[in-house]
Amino acid sequence: MKLTLKIWRQDGPTAKGRFETYEMPAVVPDMSFLEMIDVLNERLIAEEAEPIAFDHDCREGICGSCSMMINGIPHGPERGTATCQLHMRKFKDGQHITVEPWRARSFPIIKDLAVDRSPLDRIIEAGGYISAPTGAARDANEILIPKEAADAAMDAAACIGCGACVAACPNGAAQLFTAAKYSHLSLLPQGQPERWTRAIGMVDEMERWFGSCTNFGECETACPKEISIDFIALLNRDYIKAQFKNRRLSGQKS
Amino acid sequence: MSKVDNAQRYVGAPRPAPAKKDGPFFVMFWRSAVGKKWIMAVTGIMLIGFVFAHMLGNLKIFLSASSIDHYAEWLRTIGYPILPETGVLWILRAGLLGAVLLHIWAAASLTRMNRSARPNGYKSPREYVAADFAARTMRWTGIIVMLFIIFHLLDLTWGQTGVEEFKTGDVYNNIVNSFKRVPVAIAYIIANIAIAFHLYHGAWSMFQSLGINSPRFNPWRRGFSIGVASIIAIGNISIPLLVVTGVVK
Repeated sequence: MKLTLKIWRQDGPTAKGRFETYEMPAVVPDMSFLEMIDVLNERLIAEEAEPIAFDHDCREGICGSCSMMINGIPHGPERGTATCQLHMRKFKDGQHITVEPWRARSFPIIKDLAVDRSPLDRIIEAGGYISAPTGAARDANEILIPKEAADAAMDAAACIGCGACVAACPNGAAQLFTAAKYSHLSLLPQGQPERWTRAIGMVDEMERWFGSCTNFGECETACPKEISIDFIALLNRDYIKAQFKNRRLSGQKS
Repeated sequence: MSKVDNAQRYVGAPRPAPAKKDGPFFVMFWRSAVGKKWIMAVTGIMLIGFVFAHMLGNLKIFLSASSIDHYAEWLRTIGYPILPETGVLWILRAGLLGAVLLHIWAAASLTRMNRSARPNGYKSPREYVAADFAARTMRWTGIIVMLFIIFHLLDLTWGQTGVEEFKTGDVYNNIVNSFKRVPVAIAYIIANIAIAFHLYHGAWSMFQSLGINSPRFNPWRRGFSIGVASIIAIGNISIPLLVVTGVVK
């Protein structure tokens, strides 16, 4: 199939970017979107032009590296699919495709389509963990967890931290990412002792970097793991509750 | 081949906003965006309650002139004689004014935060999937409603817009004399359509902001917001519409 690509090129973080148009005369429908860019890059290298920089790693939809706006939608038009798992058969012959990097103050462009998403790590550092000295692995069935709770935690834990929620959000908010990372711990027994400090820590850190949630719901549709905004409601409720309780300080003089 | 000079090499992540300073818990709460959204939801519920009660009272215009005039008089004497006349009315007014100010203040502050979260926007058109018209125009419908409230107070509370024979307390005649002016009736209708759009998103959004979310009633939340928005739109629009078309005179 024949496609016309309009791709954002930017030489460096402070350089002025521009769209460049590339004709792709022979795209195989079974290629993934990234494989198509690989083909284009091979051509650019052969022409001694600068290849297009883009993030990618596992190419099986679990690492969260590949990040691009494809025709105005993060990860492209296919729901619940990361860019690496998006196949060219989902596009029409002769179609024009515009590719742009994530845009947010806290996702500065490194080069072309590659952005720095490390602020998401800062949110994890502010509470997205449990503090437990680890020894030998405990028996899997030693801590009993209801199936429903395990399933809900697993749905939240599906987050691959790609940042599509931030990219999709008209406010540039990372509420879905934070809610997912918050919920998968706070729905399980191991996450309880630090639940309230986690809620405050993660939300406060998130708000230093990103916008606020106004419940557009755009993140949910962009998420390659289809994580529900129900988790955002859980995060919001726990943030309020956490204002009134802090088990870590119970019984201690402040 | 484009060369990258060293000045353009990547130097590291951006700086975050400074961490919140420590303070009393309600100040800390207000400083957080989640807290502000919670306050927007709570004040929003108060304002929806007001708009709904205001509409119910005003629909008395369809019963008779004395009916709505009597209702307006009653508003001034609720709680009398244990409280001074218009005592409860002033408490309600103060509560409403407080709610409106907090709602607008929180919205303005969150809007600033959200604008700065993406100073450099997308250069190609966005394709919105879930963010509907109502949600994306909240700021504009909010401003329209705010301007309308100012006009509405000038018009029917203070009589400053040239309503024929305006007399405080003569509610029925004031309304009819105001709404029979076609541009005014149109302004009222447009403002109420804006309110309906604002409530369509707001009455759904408040559940998320407050964290009220359960599979048991989640499907009802959208129905609730459609119900609130359409009842208020139909009820409020019926008054200027029926006056300007001469059905009520």
